[in-house]
Amino acid sequence: MMEFYLPIAELPVNIWLIVGMSAVVGFISGMFGVGGGFLITPLLIFLGIPPAVAVASVSTQIAASSLTALISYWKRRALDIKLGLVLLSGSSIGTVIGVATFNALRRVGQLDLTIGLSYIILLGGIGLLMLYESLKALRARRGGRTATQPRGGNHPWYFGLPFRMRFAASGLYVSVIPLLVMALVVGFFGALLGIGGGFMIVPALIYLFRVPTMVVVGTSMFQILFSMSGATLLHATTNHSVDFVLAGLLIVGGVFGAQFGARAGRHLKGEQFRLLLALIVLAVAMRFLGELALKPEDVFSLSVSTSPVPMTAGAAQ
Amino acid sequence: MKRTGPLLAMLAVLVFCMGQARAENLIISLSSSQVAITSTYIGTDLVIFGVIGRDQASATRSEHYDIVVSARGPRSHMVVREKAPFGPFWVNQREQKFTFVPATMAVASNRPLDDITSPEMQSRYQLGLDSAMLTADRRDERFVKALIRLKQHDRLYASLPHNVEFITPNVFKAVIPVPARAPTGLYDVEVALLSGSVRLTSQSTHFEVIKTGFEQDVAEAARLHGWLYGFAALLMAGLFGWLATIVFRRD
Repeated sequence: MMEFYLPIAELPVNIWLIVGMSAVVGFISGMFGVGGGFLITPLLIFLGIPPAVAVASVSTQIAASSLTALISYWKRRALDIKLGLVLLSGSSIGTVIGVATFNALRRVGQLDLTIGLSYIILLGGIGLLMLYESLKALRARRGGRTATQPRGGNHPWYFGLPFRMRFAASGLYVSVIPLLVMALVVGFFGALLGIGGGFMIVPALIYLFRVPTMVVVGTSMFQILFSMSGATLLHATTNHSVDFVLAGLLIVGGVFGAQFGARAGRHLKGEQFRLLLALIVLAVAMRFLGELALKPEDVFSLSVSTSPVPMTAGAAQ
Repeated sequence: MKRTGPLLAMLAVLVFCMGQARAENLIISLSSSQVAITSTYIGTDLVIFGVIGRDQASATRSEHYDIVVSARGPRSHMVVREKAPFGPFWVNQREQKFTFVPATMAVASNRPLDDITSPEMQSRYQLGLDSAMLTADRRDERFVKALIRLKQHDRLYASLPHNVEFITPNVFKAVIPVPARAPTGLYDVEVALLSGSVRLTSQSTHFEVIKTGFEQDVAEAARLHGWLYGFAALLMAGLFGWLATIVFRRD
């Protein structure tokens, strides 16, 4: 037992619990090249850490773990910086809209519902899509054929929209409009849900834009590093909600977990990789579905009132 | 009898009060006026010692003395929401706002409050956990109960019917817990002396919960130097992120 009082979250936590938790999540995130925010943020909130502090401190941690990953992808030249920059500009706009929506929903009291539904729709949709695709690929491989890579000839219609741009590292010649729209949506939900959005961008790049799996993770890490660094600064200057100690504990667990995860991931075949990620994503979606659909243990919930309360006589005694 | 008993006793107190000095007086002392939050803080206990003073005017009482100690933390507005089925999902629907809700509350007494005095008198004397719940809307007891239950679940509210101990018939000791999640700020402590289900007198004092040392430095840096703090956090992130690639380079 080793308790440490978090200066910003204002409660004592067990150091080993936080480090261990972030190591496990770091392992998963290193393996799949997703930030892991969609796993660790709900866990921290469950431990009683105020959601604002959890979201802000996790963004610092994701910045650290994505830098680690990015360095190794950089050394293998497994990233597309140009594509990353386009995605970054789209997601920045989405982030701003997402933060505004977050605050508006919190005032109305429907934040839990929106977050729950968003997780279910996003994770459920992406998870099912990936599950279907990877099972098909696995079956094709077992049948003796090589998995059919959907490349070449027939491009989807949105590739041909105006402002086409060539992305050499990805072997892509595509309109920037669908890329920006996709990144904007990811940025919006990322800010709304307090996550990096890697679990959305990785499948979107693979399935919608047919970017080679080799480049996808590095590029996603590039985008995540910059958007999470921005988020850290934004949270630190506006809400003062970045907990240095909590972020430090998460980083220590996360970066080392991610290293082992990345090594484990190297031995995974493409289809297995996608099948596993699909199952993890679906499991989280199911958890949120259960939370919304089952009768809660306590139908009442308590939060600090953010809207002004009419004063009552004698209330100030 | 049940009704006239308290009434008579109250009348008696009134008569004494009008007559001259107060019949009984309370002298209380808090073990510490400051709770310092350090890195190893996981909550603490404060001890209150009290002496019940009597003078010639004090009536000879047939009943024992009762002591109720209420400690209340800094106040803020809270909202309680109730989920109800909406289609397939459980959705927040009704809500009630409460004004100036103490962040923490501990009510310690020498025996259960309901044995000390009636529920009506408890609310008149502001004793008990639900006494501080003020709402601008029409008060709905279900929401009041929910608020207290949720606060108790988070260990911020506590009803402690055996935390006051009489050392002699006139000297008592009360233990007041300060929870791990107690916010910083000023805390009010009110000690009420009752006898025969009537309040004779009360005394109040304060203590302060503050962050010290490292905890204080970090909290102040975050509040006063947001940009610097943010960049420091990023620097830490960068350093660890880069270190990890060095440590793991050999394979």
